[in-house]
Amino acid sequence: MTYKLHFADLLPYWDLLLKGLVFTILLTIVSTVAGTALGTLGASARTFGPRWLDRLTGAYVEVIRNTPFIVQLFFIFFGLPAAGIKLNETTAAVLAMTVNLGAYSTEIIRAGIQAVPKGHIEAGASLAMSRLQVLRHVVLKQAFEKIYPALSSQIVIVMLGSAVVSQISAEDLTYAANFIQSRNFRAFEVYLVVAGLYLLLAIVTRAALRGIGRLVFRGPGR
Amino acid sequence: MSDFSFWVILSNLLLATRWTIALSLVAFASGGLVGLALLFARVSRIGWLEWTTKAYVEFFQGTPLLMQLFLFFFGVALFGIEVSPWLAAWLALTFWTSAFLTEIWRGCVEAIPKGQWEAADTLAMSYMQQMWHVILPQAFRIAIPPTVGFSVQVVKGTALASIIGFVDLTKAGTMLNNATFRPFLVYSLVALIYFALCFPLSWFAHRLERTFNVAR
Amino acid sequence: MSLVSIQNVRKSFGEVEVLKGVSVEIARGAVVAIIGKSGSGKSTLLRCINGLETYDAGGISVDGIDVAAARADLRDLRRNVGMVFQQFNLFPHLTAAENVMLAPRVVNRESEIRAKELAREMLAKVGLADKAGNYPSQLSGGQQQRVAIARALAMRPNVLLCDEITSALDPELVNEVLRVIEALAKDGMTLILVTHEMRFARDVGTKLVFMHQGKVHEEGPPKQLFAGPTTPELVQFIGASLH
Ligand SMILES: Nc1ncnc2c1ncn2[C@@H]1O[C@H](COP(=O)(O)OP(=O)(O)O)[C@@H](O)[C@H]1O
Ligand SMILES: [Mg+2]
Repeated sequence: MTYKLHFADLLPYWDLLLKGLVFTILLTIVSTVAGTALGTLGASARTFGPRWLDRLTGAYVEVIRNTPFIVQLFFIFFGLPAAGIKLNETTAAVLAMTVNLGAYSTEIIRAGIQAVPKGHIEAGASLAMSRLQVLRHVVLKQAFEKIYPALSSQIVIVMLGSAVVSQISAEDLTYAANFIQSRNFRAFEVYLVVAGLYLLLAIVTRAALRGIGRLVFRGPGR
Repeated sequence: MSDFSFWVILSNLLLATRWTIALSLVAFASGGLVGLALLFARVSRIGWLEWTTKAYVEFFQGTPLLMQLFLFFFGVALFGIEVSPWLAAWLALTFWTSAFLTEIWRGCVEAIPKGQWEAADTLAMSYMQQMWHVILPQAFRIAIPPTVGFSVQVVKGTALASIIGFVDLTKAGTMLNNATFRPFLVYSLVALIYFALCFPLSWFAHRLERTFNVAR
Repeated sequence: MSLVSIQNVRKSFGEVEVLKGVSVEIARGAVVAIIGKSGSGKSTLLRCINGLETYDAGGISVDGIDVAAARADLRDLRRNVGMVFQQFNLFPHLTAAENVMLAPRVVNRESEIRAKELAREMLAKVGLADKAGNYPSQLSGGQQQRVAIARALAMRPNVLLCDEITSALDPELVNEVLRVIEALAKDGMTLILVTHEMRFARDVGTKLVFMHQGKVHEEGPPKQLFAGPTTPELVQFIGASLH
């Protein structure tokens, strides 16, 4: 191979990369919070809700899990305006990621809820706690502790999947890469560096989630 | 008129679906082969081999599939080889698939009880004999449900090949949308077709998992 | 000369010293019963003999082969040393006969026909000629353990290590396994058994080794030791296990 790599040609664009990186991080944080909230609702609906709500939530989960994220994104960004719902790039990206994580976390959290021993729920009920109190203080707390590692992996997967939002011109890290390579014609170098940044982001995200988990679930014993 | 364009859209999408299926099959098969070779390396008990495989898996699981597609698309060209979207997509999906399958299968190998290794050990079998005759046949059984489950990820993963210009179901959707200006209909149909491909696989994986759990 | 010679063996797991200088000489044809409280190091000692565990100091040799020196390739050693486990560890994806045939076929490169004959012979020896085609899951615990013995015997070992091979069995299944071992002893097989079956140790054993806190606390002819244990620890242990 005679080709020489020219990483120096990236240097003038470092601020664009930084901007894209920050955007990707913010996108991930917002949709993680919203997606987990949606998943908690979904899991509660599937476990404690009426039968029709369980079915409906189940359908949502299966549709999302069995279609590509990019198609979900295009449907939201291009398809919904035709139905009268107009969204800008960033909102569409956040919405798509939230809906996506919401489906996966519904199933993850549901498995956690099902692993909570029935006796604990009955004990809570016998202490005259309301259904909602039992759910919040007894069931969800235990469920989350159990499924936290699985949820963390899913968050990293969603973060990596977010590279696709560049396709609707949301200005994330991949968007920055596409822009830079169209200017300096060093596509391979740009994508190699950006892949490295994503790898770093994945490693940091995993570590951060582990740290948060240790803080939140640091209980007595065990 | 509107009915006519519905059928035009649907038939064109279905034609493009052939390429989604073809890419999925090819990527899954070659990814599986590479994954199997990597599995041997990953559990070889040879330090540098295990370490290299680990780094490989870390890279392909820790970076976006889209980046990998770009890297192959622009990277192969550096060698002076003309790259078609098909070739780049096939290469990227093969590497990506193999990393995930290696990791899934490693989990299955490690799930085999230590006593099985020890029993084979005390029968004077070599490491490779133990792996081949004792561990892999058992690991293979428990690997089937998660492997089928992962095939869904491969089908969905092929959708990204549209971004580097591979004319699959997703790309056909984009092209038809540009031609007909009916995004809601087009992307609904695209989603529906993907669902029809993926849901049976998901369902089958789930069922396998249940029967395997009962059998144990 | 001893078939198995264990000299001043020491072994630690991390900070904890589990074997604190163990020496035992085992003659060809001996039936050695190792007894002692849980955690006294019996399994660890047994597993050092065939290299499943490494030891830190001292020496073990089997039939003239030095175990530590054979570390790089333990296969020759293990051809001579069979082992039967508490949890059987049969290969669940193979039938009883296939379990027995596997090592002769792939390790000793016996022909399919010869290996089949061998399997038939070994299964007959443990009284399971009619179960050749059964999978482990279709056999009782006692039958599974007898298949495991047949599997070990098919390699024609010089010595057989047995680690509490009846401890995982329902009480009514213990005897069928012990009878097989007793028959092997009569045939002249060298046996090293970790066991809680005191009556069996006394009646079948030719040597009793009582381990206590990582050391051989007392050893000698079983009948003599059971009749007159000299240390208070053995008195207490025998007393406790008879109740
Ligand atoms: N793999 C291991 N790692 C750490 N400690 C171990 C290991 N195996 C055994 N031990 C410890 O060594 C001691 C002796 O164990 P073992 O030889 O199994 O005793 P026994 O068979 O007499 O019950 C015990 O305290 C046990 O906890
Ligand atoms: Mg033991």
